[in-house]
Amino acid sequence: METSRRSFLKLGGLCALGLGSLPIVNALAKTETSPEFVANPRALTAKRWGMAIDLKACWEKGKPECKECSAACHTIHNVPDIGNPQQEIKWIWTEPYGGVFADMANSYLPGDLAQKSVLVLCNHCMDAPCVRVCPTKATFKRSDGITMIDYHRCIGCRFCMAACPYGARSFNFWEPRGYIKTELNPTYPTRDAGVVEKCNFCEERLAVGLRPACVEACNKDGRTMYFGDLEDPDSEVRKVLAVRYSIKRRPELGTGPSVFYLI
Amino acid sequence: MKIYDGKYILIGLVIFIAMATFPIWFSHGKAAPPPDPKLDTPVINQMPNKQCVLSKQEMITGHMQLLNVWRTRVVRDDKRVYVAPDGKTYDMSLQNECMKCHSNKSQFCDQCHNYAGLQQGVTPYCWNCHIAPKENK
Repeated sequence: METSRRSFLKLGGLCALGLGSLPIVNALAKTETSPEFVANPRALTAKRWGMAIDLKACWEKGKPECKECSAACHTIHNVPDIGNPQQEIKWIWTEPYGGVFADMANSYLPGDLAQKSVLVLCNHCMDAPCVRVCPTKATFKRSDGITMIDYHRCIGCRFCMAACPYGARSFNFWEPRGYIKTELNPTYPTRDAGVVEKCNFCEERLAVGLRPACVEACNKDGRTMYFGDLEDPDSEVRKVLAVRYSIKRRPELGTGPSVFYLI
Repeated sequence: MKIYDGKYILIGLVIFIAMATFPIWFSHGKAAPPPDPKLDTPVINQMPNKQCVLSKQEMITGHMQLLNVWRTRVVRDDKRVYVAPDGKTYDMSLQNECMKCHSNKSQFCDQCHNYAGLQQGVTPYCWNCHIAPKENK
């Protein structure tokens, strides 16, 4: 068969045009189907959730044994009370200042500062060591900065517990259902024996437009905990960080905690 | 034809066949009742159009895949609302959405799971963590 160069190039051009139209056809076809999965429109969203805890206000609130924030958190999330400090499960709790800020403490701290209780929880680090070591990607980083555990996927190897420099993670040595002393919250699951758990910045509450339980419980009387988007200069947490001096736990490790302490 | 020790062999054979076929004749006519998942919960009874997320057939054969996809979307992608083919939206939550209608776990989920021989608390292990609604038995 004889083909002139001219008709061969014409045919080639037509073929190229046909192949090039595939993305256009795909795009047209896609617009017809509705999205199957969408985010809740009421959800609170951020680029990076963060928290600031006013230590002075927390101490000045007077009640030395105030446990409102942790009580609220542990009730809502069905956190068991094991009773044995070696196997206890905790999402938000207190530790003495001398331990929490051991790298900043010196021998001549004023008064009983070293013994004062500091509220601690998961720091939702920007470069979280727990995420890096998790072999099953059960612990992962959400796009809004929350370090989250997929309990379905956790195999209980506890690498994350070894990696976390803040001791923010607890392991379920036992079936936790029997140890839940508070009234069971029927809208939130419990955990199973053999998984690691920790604070989730109340992602299930953020998803329906509520702020974290500890912040809500604490701020009923006075302003102690600030929560918001660290990337948004107008958020309440950024506003307070702009006017008050703040510290983070063990910044030298480079984990980039999202929990700040106002002093 | 002469079988040496034929008496003992035959007795042994009869005993062997009787024992080997024991499960067949022992359970003959005693078939386990077929599963009968109940839909008569207060919420379902009040629904004018008794329609689940997908069609009944799709739910029977594919509810486990659907739940698995929902789990991934909610936990990993933070997408919590499912848009069904008929345009209705559902909160993707086993504990808070599925069980709102199917509040009779023992009469609904367990019916088929037990019939299929799935071991309670092992497969599926949903209820080790997710809290089943309280039932008035």
